[in-house]
Amino acid sequence: MSAELEVDFLAASTRALGDPQLRRNFRRAMDGLMAKRAAAFADPDEWTRMRALGASIRAKNLLKLPELLERLELNLCKNGIQVHWARTTDQANQIVLDLLRARGVTALVKGKSMVSEEMGLNHFLEAHGVEALESDLGEYIIQLDGEMPSHIIMPAIHKNKDQIARLFSERIKQAKYTEEVDELTAMARTVLRRKFLEAGAGLSGVNFAVAETGTLCLVENEGNGRMSTHVPPLHLALMGLEKVVERLEEVAPLYSLLTRSATGQAISTYFNLISGPRGPGELDGPREVHVVILDNGRSRICQDPELRATLACIRCGACMNHCPVYTRIGGHAYQAVYPGPIGSILTPQVEGAGLRHELPHASSLCGACAEVCPVGIPITHLLIRLRREAGHVLPGSPVRGGGGARSRREDLAWRAWSWVVGHPGAYRAAVWCATRLWRLLPARAPVLEAWTRSRAKPRAAGASLQELARRKGVDHV
Amino acid sequence: MSEREAILAGLRAARPLEAPPAPDYAVIAGKGWDPAERLLRLKRCMAAVRTEFIEAWPDDWPRAVVDWMLREQLPDLLYGPGTAEGRALAAAWPDQGPRLRPYDRPVESFKRELFEEVAAGFTTTLGGIAETGGLLLAPGPAEPRLLSLVPPVHLALLRADRIFDTLFQAFRELGWDRGLPANALVVSGPSKTADIEQTLAYGVHGPKRLIVVLAG
Amino acid sequence: MREVYFYATCLVDLFFPEAGMAGIELLRSCGVRVIFPRGQTCCGQPAFNCGYWEEARAVARGQLALFPRDLPVVLPSGSCAGMLKTHYPDLFHGQPEEAAARALAGRVFELTQFLADELDLKLEDLGPPVKVTLHASCHAMRDQGVLDQPRALLKRLRNVELVELERERECCGFGGVFAVRDPALSEAMAGDKVRDACATGADLVLSTDGGCLMNISGTLERQGHGPATQHIAQFLWERTHVR
Repeated sequence: MSAELEVDFLAASTRALGDPQLRRNFRRAMDGLMAKRAAAFADPDEWTRMRALGASIRAKNLLKLPELLERLELNLCKNGIQVHWARTTDQANQIVLDLLRARGVTALVKGKSMVSEEMGLNHFLEAHGVEALESDLGEYIIQLDGEMPSHIIMPAIHKNKDQIARLFSERIKQAKYTEEVDELTAMARTVLRRKFLEAGAGLSGVNFAVAETGTLCLVENEGNGRMSTHVPPLHLALMGLEKVVERLEEVAPLYSLLTRSATGQAISTYFNLISGPRGPGELDGPREVHVVILDNGRSRICQDPELRATLACIRCGACMNHCPVYTRIGGHAYQAVYPGPIGSILTPQVEGAGLRHELPHASSLCGACAEVCPVGIPITHLLIRLRREAGHVLPGSPVRGGGGARSRREDLAWRAWSWVVGHPGAYRAAVWCATRLWRLLPARAPVLEAWTRSRAKPRAAGASLQELARRKGVDHV
Repeated sequence: MSEREAILAGLRAARPLEAPPAPDYAVIAGKGWDPAERLLRLKRCMAAVRTEFIEAWPDDWPRAVVDWMLREQLPDLLYGPGTAEGRALAAAWPDQGPRLRPYDRPVESFKRELFEEVAAGFTTTLGGIAETGGLLLAPGPAEPRLLSLVPPVHLALLRADRIFDTLFQAFRELGWDRGLPANALVVSGPSKTADIEQTLAYGVHGPKRLIVVLAG
Repeated sequence: MREVYFYATCLVDLFFPEAGMAGIELLRSCGVRVIFPRGQTCCGQPAFNCGYWEEARAVARGQLALFPRDLPVVLPSGSCAGMLKTHYPDLFHGQPEEAAARALAGRVFELTQFLADELDLKLEDLGPPVKVTLHASCHAMRDQGVLDQPRALLKRLRNVELVELERERECCGFGGVFAVRDPALSEAMAGDKVRDACATGADLVLSTDGGCLMNISGTLERQGHGPATQHIAQFLWERTHVR
């Protein structure tokens, strides 16, 4: 996927902040999701223990990743599921296209897959004459409008009912204008039912892939996932290589953490465990099931013991629901497949730490994300690490594009800062000047100007605490 | 080097030195609930997401299904004829009224009917989950996958004494951790979405109604 | 006699020295001997947060050496306390100072945390009835686990009514360098925090953190109306002592 950005993050976020509908929609949606999550984890002791369990399962599996992937492949194959490996998204796209072409498939129906967004699969397929139709209602809505998802769980969260009503009435044949949610849903059901029936292939993501049993686990509420994976004769599953778990029993706590963290549900409507194509004697199900295992920078991330935790992510979206930045600007401003806190640590590692340096900086480091991460990813810690990587070439670091955003000016500024602040005498002199001369500093001075845009100029006190302490005879040893 | 080898080589280059943590499953282990409590919790959780219940005696459930079909005035019910429960249902089915249709041939031969005509589908279940609500199904030759997915109404037979405390427990007791059928499934209610302004709407792509036939 | 080190923190040193002094007096009022090491400058958090760790270490090394005796180190700022407690061990990981950083981390306290948990500070309210609201900094809440302690202290003041912010746990938008690097975002967050504070009907907004306080007070001042602001240390001292 191209790493060419249309606008810088500051411009994109400022524009989003100026959109009252976007802010209202996100505020309402995020407040709802936060409340639901809080209700689902009402017992703090249970939450702490569940999170510890989730974190330990993910960490354990990440430590054994190559071995688990080999075992997964072996057992998937034993089950009659074919396995393909793709290092890059280009390769993954080609694998999918080749599989479809070889079977004469011109229409593909998609269940939800964030990996397919990483690949830019829809555009790729369309450019090669294959229609790729989204069946998840949120994804369907944004596809009608030619947009990218703005949230990983609820892709159309930025749209109002009336926008959706207008979209349906304009883009769906014989559809009348209605804002009734049940009617809109029924319209989508009718359209998509025909697509499930007619599509030559169905595509899905993978929430968890169990190595020991050769099983793909899919979590959903709508039923489009099961439709996409059971109705067409060919089922294609896309997974990031970090999605493998060792044993089936590990899935139980991760599944619970996922649904409760994402939408506050104790369980999803459907939990679909696929361990093979149509078996002997079965009357339905796909004739073929293929899995594409995608790397796209993940193996590189694995090489760093600190950054490896990025791959523990189970894609619940809790971090972005709780992020004071994301809740105010939504997903599009990030111009990344994965927005919010997880996106801010993942995207620089995949696309380049220098190129995407603005994302780790788009944070006040408040820690709300890490507080709710069900698998204990130390997100604020990793944000700081990626800020380091953006501006410095760190020896031994596998991060892509390290030092790519190095700024001489900032280097000098911090060096000057550390000289003054590292020498108590120089610091006290600077503080004395500040206390006596702060009035002289213009509100429009560089750096200060960003502060005074929306706040009064800070007033240094007449005497510093150090001076006061000395005057009042506070002991110093 | 193939892509597979390149990827695995990249992963092996990591060579982590940390000892893997030992996950502690105590928090998710069984709750020690008695059968009455399990049933109560399952019903409460599933009813909260619009699942409907038909209560029946253990041996009388086929008649309860027939009565329900008559009350709802649905024209037909698709079922798997090869199971003991299927045979029991067929034995109790009246000559007049709704049609009992067997799903006994490959789906390719009657896809249109399945998608456009069949009003309801009946399946058995392997059990239920008390903690969160949910039914465990293992579609296969006797009860195909689409039986519980395509018809707008899904009737599912649940034996009240086959409810597990948690999914974790169910995985163990069903032996799924040692091997799964080609398709296994947990269903907790009719299909739903909240994608339009976070307003809950039922009956998206999966069944619009889930009716649990509670036997015992 | 109990002894503690007091670490001013650069923002309190320069912008809220009376609050710092109030903190020292509160500790002394419990019979604690307060040691204020000379040579204090800054904990190094700004450079640390921006990824300039060499520069942060250069500063932090000197600050680490200010607390040689095994005494508690008390700070009137949640984020700086978090820096010393949680991040000095990260900063010095694999460095010669790592052991010293870990040893220090075990004895770092945010001021209200120390006053409530360690000293069980008794407070006799001499002031008139007042309605206050509290913004506890993100770092205090999340790194230090401090929210109940400032609340508990305020509840000991008889004539003080504490009303909660609607979004108590949400960041005020300061974030150190974030405030000037992403000013539009910071402004939006500060604006919401201030609206929340105004909506509580409180006369006064209190904070445990110098940065948050600067941010909220600066925004309110620009707005031209709304509650006054004060550091919690200064509030606690003034309510319990006649000037």
